[in-house]
Parts: sequence; structure tokens; C-alpha cells
Amino acid sequence: MIFKGIGASNGIAIAKAYKYEEVIFDISDSLIEDALGEVEKLESAIIKSVEEIDKMIEKTQKSLGDDHAAIFVAHKQIAIDSEMKNQVVELINNNHYNSAYAYNQVSQSFIDIFESMDDAYLKERAIDIRDVSKRVLSHILNIKLPNLSEIDEEVIILANDLTPSDTSALDKRFIKGFVTQIGGRTSHTAIMARSMEIPAVVGVREILNRVNDSSLIIIDGSTGDVFIEPGQKQQDLYQRKHQEFLAEVEMLKMFKDKETLTIDNVHVELAANIGSPKDMDATLNNGAEGIGLYRTEFLYMDSLTAPTEEEQFISYKQVLEKMPDKRVVIRTLDIGGDKKLDYLPIDEEANPFLGYRAIRLCLDRIEIFKTQLRALLKASIYGNLHIMFPMIATMQELIDAKKVLEECKNELTSEGIKYDDVKIGIMIEIPSAAILADKFAKEVDFFSIGTNDLIQYTFAADRMNQLVSYLYQPYNPSLLRLIKMVIDASHKEGIWTGMCGEMAGDLVAAPILLGLGLDEFSMSATSILKVRKLFSKLSKQEMEVFANKCLEMSSNEEVHNYMLEILKREGKD
Amino acid sequence: MEKEYKIIDEAGLHARPASILSQTASKYPNSIFIEFNGKKLNLKSILMVMSLGVTQNSTIKIHVDGDDAETVINSLEKILVEHKLV
Repeated sequence: MIFKGIGASNGIAIAKAYKYEEVIFDISDSLIEDALGEVEKLESAIIKSVEEIDKMIEKTQKSLGDDHAAIFVAHKQIAIDSEMKNQVVELINNNHYNSAYAYNQVSQSFIDIFESMDDAYLKERAIDIRDVSKRVLSHILNIKLPNLSEIDEEVIILANDLTPSDTSALDKRFIKGFVTQIGGRTSHTAIMARSMEIPAVVGVREILNRVNDSSLIIIDGSTGDVFIEPGQKQQDLYQRKHQEFLAEVEMLKMFKDKETLTIDNVHVELAANIGSPKDMDATLNNGAEGIGLYRTEFLYMDSLTAPTEEEQFISYKQVLEKMPDKRVVIRTLDIGGDKKLDYLPIDEEANPFLGYRAIRLCLDRIEIFKTQLRALLKASIYGNLHIMFPMIATMQELIDAKKVLEECKNELTSEGIKYDDVKIGIMIEIPSAAILADKFAKEVDFFSIGTNDLIQYTFAADRMNQLVSYLYQPYNPSLLRLIKMVIDASHKEGIWTGMCGEMAGDLVAAPILLGLGLDEFSMSATSILKVRKLFSKLSKQEMEVFANKCLEMSSNEEVHNYMLEILKREGKD
Repeated sequence: MEKEYKIIDEAGLHARPASILSQTASKYPNSIFIEFNGKKLNLKSILMVMSLGVTQNSTIKIHVDGDDAETVINSLEKILVEHKLV
């Protein structure tokens, strides 16, 4: 039997299923006489809970750092909340409720209040209250909660979802993988699994009802496949895949702290694309030499109202502080197109990808733009910040954007707020900017080529439309020539060009880009070590020759086949 | 003793300062309340303070009973000022 979920953390696991299901407390509503005794029970349950939470804080700080521990600090505050306790004590004294019943009533009333709030952040606090309340109730009722940290045989955990408390104390020797019924790639479980490097599949609906405890299961965290009671052949196959995966990971790890160098000693920078400060652990674990693209739109998309200057500042600062001496490129808001915000309504457009988006929108709604630029400038003192404007089509747009940035600088200066000198760059994703790159190169500090959009605009093919998906042609010489023009124009002015699209991490395209002279390759963190390993076996000089040949070809397929042939011939595929 | 404050932060009285505010209040033996939108709640409780959902441009009132009320109010006010809430 196969189930399909979302691959959330790469790797293969083969082990027995451990069903981790929520304990439903049976809370009696019987009344009590000994109010004092019940209050004592409550107090001792709170003390025991706080002791447990303190241990989790300590353990998490050690294993994952203060950021991850912050959630338990919040749990502790909830556990010792004086008002919550007062209300419970009142119900015990006045209504003669037993302590469990009283506590449950009060915590449920808080959960209801927070769940009904509009603010996404506060809504999430309901989960924390539930987590804490489960813990306190278990102590009042003297029920031992299933404790994942006590597992002492190899298992794959199957759960509806896992809370921070659940995942805080896991022993990697025994916990081989996670499968959850809900959640996506950015859910807590998924992020946790990736930072612990445990394979995980999330969003597998109904799996708890379809699998027996202790059944043998296989999960593939890259494809999202979950096999229940697999046959011998399948077990052998996945055992092999598992070994290959481990060997690959081990091998790639050797490249983690190495500089990216070709055989002929040419260095290029391999950077990571991120969407949130939460991605920084994975970025550092994969040996990124910088951040080539921080997509700030997730800050806006994860929020019900526009993120404030302070909120943005905190996110930018967190990223810069984790990479104080490396280049961090933060792209200003790129919203519109396929990304919409409820609090920023945009009229229906016939061609949203050709419409009101990114810098076009920001230059029209200056207040939103300014809030972001001010937050960026304020954060600039914490690292090596590069600000990048998306979707620049004309010189006037660049001039206007820079003018707004200057205004923000002046405002901060007059408010006495410090900021550092920041570098300014533009995304090259519209053909008009690529063609005029020689002029733009005089006005900025760097370029970054956004291939997904550059391809869609060059081939006039909507990338959301399946019917024209054959026009997504990253190896097409027309595109390669555009890229070459941009790189050459930048070098002529002594600035650098990077690329922050899928193509930069593509093992067939990257060697061509190396040959074309690209200076920085920004990709998802998990691709970095593979590309670094590949480059360690290539000669930049040789790749120049091959890349020049590609420029003279006439189709996507021709280039693709040619490069596959070359990489194969040299044993580098 | 009581004092009124107008919250000017865009995000209102948000989680971080709210938590520091209630932690600080908890250090004093006095009864301390926050009043907003007709509700008067225990400022020592982070859950209560966050559940108020105080938004930008609204006015809150802080009440402190008992000895040294002025010292207590001053230390709470300092937090509001430090976090640019008022």
C-alpha cells in the first residue's frame, strides 16, 4: 500500500510505525469538599510542569539554540500565569469543582479567546495554551503522557501533527522519520525535521486510521512516498537507496567548509535562496557562502496585515546576524503576479504577470515601500546588506527607487538612527533590462538574474500555463546570449552578476553559467554542496570553450544534449 | 493610582512588550490592572494582556494599588517608552 504526502525532509527511513496519538483525558465533573487539597494538587501540577518545561528550554538551547527555545519560554509564562491560576482557584473554592475540571474549563476559555482572534500570531498562541494545559492536566490526573523521548527502538513516528514539545526531546538514534497527517513544507514538523536531518513526509491524510502500530513502513522524504508493509524486493530497493543517500550526504559533507574552487583554482560564490530567517540553519548547514536572494514577500504573505517596520527589522536583523561577514542580498517586496495579499487588494488584471507587481507596485504605493526600506537600512548595521530591486524594466524606475531610498536615509539621519552603507542591485528578469545592461551597470553595484521570469518574458510564455510549458527553455541559446550580455556588461564596469533562479542550481546549466563568467550562483540550500562538488571537478577555462559553443547552437535540446554528453564523458554527471 | 497612555505603535501592544510588562508587574506585590475598551484586567497575566488585543491609537489605563504605587507605575511606563509604544 502506498500513500502520497509532501516530502518535507530528504532521506529514506525503514522502520516500525509508532503511532503517536493524542491522549484524550477523561475529566470527571464530580464536585469536591476538600478545596485546599485540590488547590495543592493544582499547585504541585504547575510546579512539575514548569520543571519539565525548564528542562526542555535547557535541552533545546543546547541542541538548537535560543531561537528554538523561545517557544518554551512562552510556555513557561503560560504555565505560571497568575490570572489563569486565580480563575482556577476561584472555581475550586466557589463552585467546588475538582482541580482538573476547573483547570480544563479555564484553559479552554483562553483557547477559545485566542482562537477567535484575527491576528495570526495571537491565534497561534492557542496551540501553546493547549500544549501547556495538556501537560498540567496530565500531572493533576497523574496520567503519564506518551513520551517520545523515552522511545528506545528504531521507529518512524506517525502523528496527526507534532508540537514543539513533542519534537524537543527526540533521540536521533531511535527516531528514524516522521509522518504527519497535516502540515506543509513550512509547518513546524517539517522545519524541525530538516534542522534535525530526519526524513519526513507531511500532509498524509488519514494515515493513522490505515496503519497498525508496529507495521513496517518505508518513507522517502524527497518524493513524499510512504509504503506500508512493503515486500522484500521493495525493502531491498529502499535499503539500497538509503545507503546511497547516506553515502552521498557523507561525501557532500566534505565540501561543507570548503571554498568553491574549480580545478584551475577559480572561485565562484555559491549562495542560498531563503524565504525567512527560519531557513538560516539549513543555509549554514549546507555551507552557503552568502544569501543570494531573501524573498521578503513571505513576511507579507504570512501576515494578516502589512508587517510593521519593527517586525521587518527583526527578521532582516536575524538573517544578517547569522551571516555577519557574508554577502546578504535582500530583495524588496515582489508581490502581484501569482502572489496576492488580502490587505493589499489589486484589481483583477487580464495579464497579472505583465501587470501591476513588484517595483511597479512599490513605486506607486510609496508608504509600503518606505516602511520596508527603512527597516532594511536600520538592519544594515548588523551585516553586509545588499538591497535588490525586482522587475526593473527602465532606467527611470531604478532612478525613482534609488530616490525613495535616499529619502529614507535622510529621514533616519534626521531621527538620529544609524545605518551602514548598503550596496544596491537590480534583478535582471525583464529583457529590456538585460539588453540595456551596459547602462544599468553604471548605476548599480551588482546584478542578479532571475531566470524563471527572464525565461517567461523572453519566450512570451506564461509559466503558470501548462499548455505552453514546453517554452520553458533554460538551455536555449537565445537565453544564454542574453545572460552572456548581462555578465559581460557587469564585468566591464567592474561589478558582479549573480543568478537566483532554479537554473543556478541545475547541474547541467551551472557548468555553462560558469563558462559564461557568472560570479554568484544562488539556489536552494540543499543544492549547494552538489554544485560545489561538481565545480571542484570542472575547469573554468574548459567550460568557457563549451559555453561559447553552446552560444552558437540553435535550440534548447541541442545545448542540453551537448552538455549531457560532455558531463558524461568526463564522468561528472 | 492610575495613568493613561495612548499606544502609538502600529502593531498595538504586541507580544514582546506585553510579556515584559506582565513579567515586570509580577515582581511587585501591588494589585495592578490594565483597562482597555471597558475591560479592567490583571496586568500580571500575559494571557489577559494579550487577549485584550490593544490596537494602535487606542488608550489604555494602568491602575496600581498599594504602597509605592508611583515607583511601580514609573517602571511600567519605562517599558512602554523603551518599546516606543507611547
